[in-house]
Amino acid sequence: LANNRKIRQGKLRLQKWYVPLSDPQKKKISREVIQMVLARKPKMCSFLEWRDLKIVYKRYASLYFCCAVEDQENELITLEIIHRYVELLDKYFGSVCELDIIFNFEKAYYILDEFILGGEAQETSKKIVLKAIEQADMLQEEAEAPRSVLEEIGLT
Amino acid sequence: MPAVSKGDGMRGLAVFISDIRNCKSKEAEIKRINKELANIRSKFKGDKALDGYSKKKYVCKLLFIFLLGHDIDFGHMEAVNLLSSNKYTEKQIGYLFISVLVNSNSELIRLINNAIKNDLSSRNPTFMCLALHCIANVGSREMAEAFAGEIPRILVAGDTMDSVKQSAALCLLRLYKTSPDLVLMGEWTSRVVHLLNDQHMGVVTAAISLITCLSQKNPDEFKTCVSLAVSRLSRIVSSASTDLQDYTYYFVPAPWLSCKLLRLLQCYPPPEDGAVKGRLVECLETILNKAQEPPKSKKVQHSNAKNAILFEAIALIIHYDSEPNLLVRACNQLGQFLQHRETNLRYLALESMCTLASSEFSHEAVKTHIETVINALKTERDVSVRQRAADLLYAMCDRSNAKQIVAEMLSYLETADYSIREEMVLKVAILAEKYAVDYSWYVDTILNLIRIAGDYVSEEVWYRVIQIVINRDDVQGYAAKTVFEALQAPACHENMVKVGGYILGEFGNLIAGDPRSSPLVQFNLLHSKFHLCSVPTRALLLSAYIKFINLFPETKSTIQEVLRCDSQIRNSDVELQQRAVEYLKLSSIASTDVLATVLEEMPPFPERESSILAKLKKKKGPGAVSAGELEEGKREGGEVNGAERPGDNAAIASTPSPSADLLGLRSAAPVSAAPVSAGSLLVDVFSEAGPAASTAGVNDDGFLSCSSALSSAPPSVVSEDPAPPLPESDELLNKFVCKNNGVLFENQLLQIGIKSEYRQNLGRMYLFYGNKTSVQFVSFSTTLNVQLKPVDPLVEGGAQVQQVINIECLSDFSDAPLLNIKFRYGGALQNLSLKLPVTINKFFQPTEMSSHDFFQRWKQLSQPQQEAQKIFKANHPMDTEVLKAKLLGLGTALLDNVDPNPENFVCAGVIQTKAQQIGCLLRLEPNAQAQMYRLTLRSSKDTVAKRLCELLSEQF
Repeated sequence: LANNRKIRQGKLRLQKWYVPLSDPQKKKISREVIQMVLARKPKMCSFLEWRDLKIVYKRYASLYFCCAVEDQENELITLEIIHRYVELLDKYFGSVCELDIIFNFEKAYYILDEFILGGEAQETSKKIVLKAIEQADMLQEEAEAPRSVLEEIGLT
Repeated sequence: MPAVSKGDGMRGLAVFISDIRNCKSKEAEIKRINKELANIRSKFKGDKALDGYSKKKYVCKLLFIFLLGHDIDFGHMEAVNLLSSNKYTEKQIGYLFISVLVNSNSELIRLINNAIKNDLSSRNPTFMCLALHCIANVGSREMAEAFAGEIPRILVAGDTMDSVKQSAALCLLRLYKTSPDLVLMGEWTSRVVHLLNDQHMGVVTAAISLITCLSQKNPDEFKTCVSLAVSRLSRIVSSASTDLQDYTYYFVPAPWLSCKLLRLLQCYPPPEDGAVKGRLVECLETILNKAQEPPKSKKVQHSNAKNAILFEAIALIIHYDSEPNLLVRACNQLGQFLQHRETNLRYLALESMCTLASSEFSHEAVKTHIETVINALKTERDVSVRQRAADLLYAMCDRSNAKQIVAEMLSYLETADYSIREEMVLKVAILAEKYAVDYSWYVDTILNLIRIAGDYVSEEVWYRVIQIVINRDDVQGYAAKTVFEALQAPACHENMVKVGGYILGEFGNLIAGDPRSSPLVQFNLLHSKFHLCSVPTRALLLSAYIKFINLFPETKSTIQEVLRCDSQIRNSDVELQQRAVEYLKLSSIASTDVLATVLEEMPPFPERESSILAKLKKKKGPGAVSAGELEEGKREGGEVNGAERPGDNAAIASTPSPSADLLGLRSAAPVSAAPVSAGSLLVDVFSEAGPAASTAGVNDDGFLSCSSALSSAPPSVVSEDPAPPLPESDELLNKFVCKNNGVLFENQLLQIGIKSEYRQNLGRMYLFYGNKTSVQFVSFSTTLNVQLKPVDPLVEGGAQVQQVINIECLSDFSDAPLLNIKFRYGGALQNLSLKLPVTINKFFQPTEMSSHDFFQRWKQLSQPQQEAQKIFKANHPMDTEVLKAKLLGLGTALLDNVDPNPENFVCAGVIQTKAQQIGCLLRLEPNAQAQMYRLTLRSSKDTVAKRLCELLSEQF
């Protein structure tokens, strides 16, 4: 896996890179890939050749999820990597929508890290991934329990 | 929204994100962001120490701003501080910021590494995982240096938690990918392999990615993984869909792990152990069987996961390429997918079949699907699928179906997407050549190709058709007839004009008997296209015209008329003008015999790899065209070229024949120029390698023809390759720049003396080979990389043989001809190569001129490329008389009273070549104090100025 990202109407919501690239390179690649993927019509196949990589993409409502993978990588299993990630988000947020990802982008990153690390699947069991995230949330709540909501106001 | 308070950990952040989303314009958004950045900056700089929570919140806001696409240049330190917090969420945000925004600021990297080190040794699995994720996400070399030793220990330690093991395995993989030199194999490697047996499927899933990558680089060290992988795979494949609980995905047991296991096995040849192999074949059969079972779910996820395993299994079967039964079954399975309603499956089936087509076991099975594939090429709506279909047709093509496939590809070309046309054209051209049984079909195909997709026909393609037509006399008449017909079309592509011009110029006589294609009709047809063509095509047509004058004397006056008109003879393009002038002159002064020799039919091209194949290879990258295919291409190409005419060497031998007395016989000059003028004008389209015959008179980058005036015995065959030139050959060459006579070479056995004289563009060189020993040299032979008639094969002890070489300079050149000498002395073969001391300055004609004229011309040659200058240290004493002698020896006129500084030397001369005269001016400024010279040359030809400057700077 080279990278994995979600886009909508040309806006990148989440991106993850598993190969070292400079920021301008990343921006250029994002632009190219977004343009290509948005130009695809429904019913077309979900795989695209791009440079020496393959783009595997899938559309969920208004969100496109794309992965750029090496040429010999298995396309179908990559497609299901995307689906499993969407399932994880869905289960965690409860019927996930784009806003969840925008407002809780850090969570989306954590879930991704639990599922995929260094571009390879780390844990494919939905239960185990969600359990890990929930445990972390418990730690978070313990830590934040003493803080009163009132304190928050005025602190933007 | 989230069920629990998961999202509203940081209210301030949520408010900020809402604000940004409510911004109506980009400007408003930037304004809001700048306000926030100022706020955060002041908080970070403020006197009041921020608590962990605020720090976390601001760092998170910065991260959000960065992800919106804005630059962030502060906050790194605060993020690093968060790493050492013992509150999980603060640490988490800190790591996230570092992972996304790390830069290689060395100071920070040290702090970050420290924090990671602490977390790794904390024994808190959650913290350890965070730290490992961070290393895996950043994966920098500095991190590899710091942790490449530690992580393997964590990975194989007995008390490490499963989740930490998983992270450690993939973290190590990332470090190995960035810095393989820092990850040292060791005792841990064997224990890593055994993770394939781990009870926890997640650990196996993570570890196998690491093992696969390591096995690719160190196959021997990891080969025990094969049997472990087979037994693991076997257990998964035979398990019921519920056995693996949460690792079952839409009724498919552990699809990710299965794919990874099959991928790992592709790093190795088939298992040698019979039992392991049997078990693996069983697995593969089961996977193929399952594909035939009715689906357990209608969900696409079920079929995707199942087929992902199937395709990976097929990839393994193809990789082994040893089980005919499995290969054919795989092919049949893919055949079913070719008509599947899922576009993805059709795409993958076409792609996978492409590799199956190259296996001898399944090639025939693949061929049975030809109709379906052709249909896909015609009807698929998605261009990427059509592209795969075209690839597959190319891969499955052989002698039996070539005509059908080429015809289908040609008809597809008419409507093909622009993005794939060029590649399609190359493929059609290659197939047509490779499987041509009769060459008229080949010619038809290529001409069709030019007609349908002329713009996409690269030079290689039309060069190739000409090469083949020239090498095959059975197709020449047909080719002439067909191009003639193709040129009748009112609008025909320029590439067609090129092929037409070339072929009619060579073989137009073969169809001239028919009054409908009489010489004049042919000429008028070609000339009707002339004005629409680009300069290179026009140049080619002019060459065709002069060939016409030779083929059909009756067209001479018409063609001369055309050449003579102002638009040709005064054409603003130098090349066209020169051709028109030269051809006009040639046609009016040369006798028919001379014309016939000069304009003789092109000799056959040497056997070579098809340049089209090379081009396709370049386009598709290495590996796209298999080595076998290349081999085959060569072989087939050889067949085409192999059927050479009996008088293969005839052209070489015949061209410079009447050259016995070149010196002082200028009228004979065009004759010896024959191979070159034909070569340079007509062959220049063959940029990669000219035909064999033309190289006889062509020196590397210039044109120099040599012929020897010895007996006319046939050249003796020498089997050994000529030795590379002696290391000192350049030095020896330099000795002769300013003199014409002397000893060129001497060793214990042999002495070679030279006497030479030059006049204008002609020269004669006498070579004296002296045997210094008392023993006979036998099999004595000399060869020049231009041609040379042989010397007496015996050189008696103490005797000397003489060889005369006549030289004509056709065009300027840089590299001296190579002289190779071979003989046997007491049984041992002596083989040496020298540079023949023929340098461009030998053809200088001195020019006397006044100071005024000199400087006027000097100024005319003021373009930067016309000047070459060198400043160098004196190698010899700066003696004025010696300098003068050398400059005179150079061949130029030494001009007195021209340079205002009497210390300086100026010279002028014209280099005489067959092609043109090249004026040269020289100025040498000695600086006696510094013992340096400055040498400046100006010439109307940049290569000449450069070469003279190189040669001369070695002389003083």
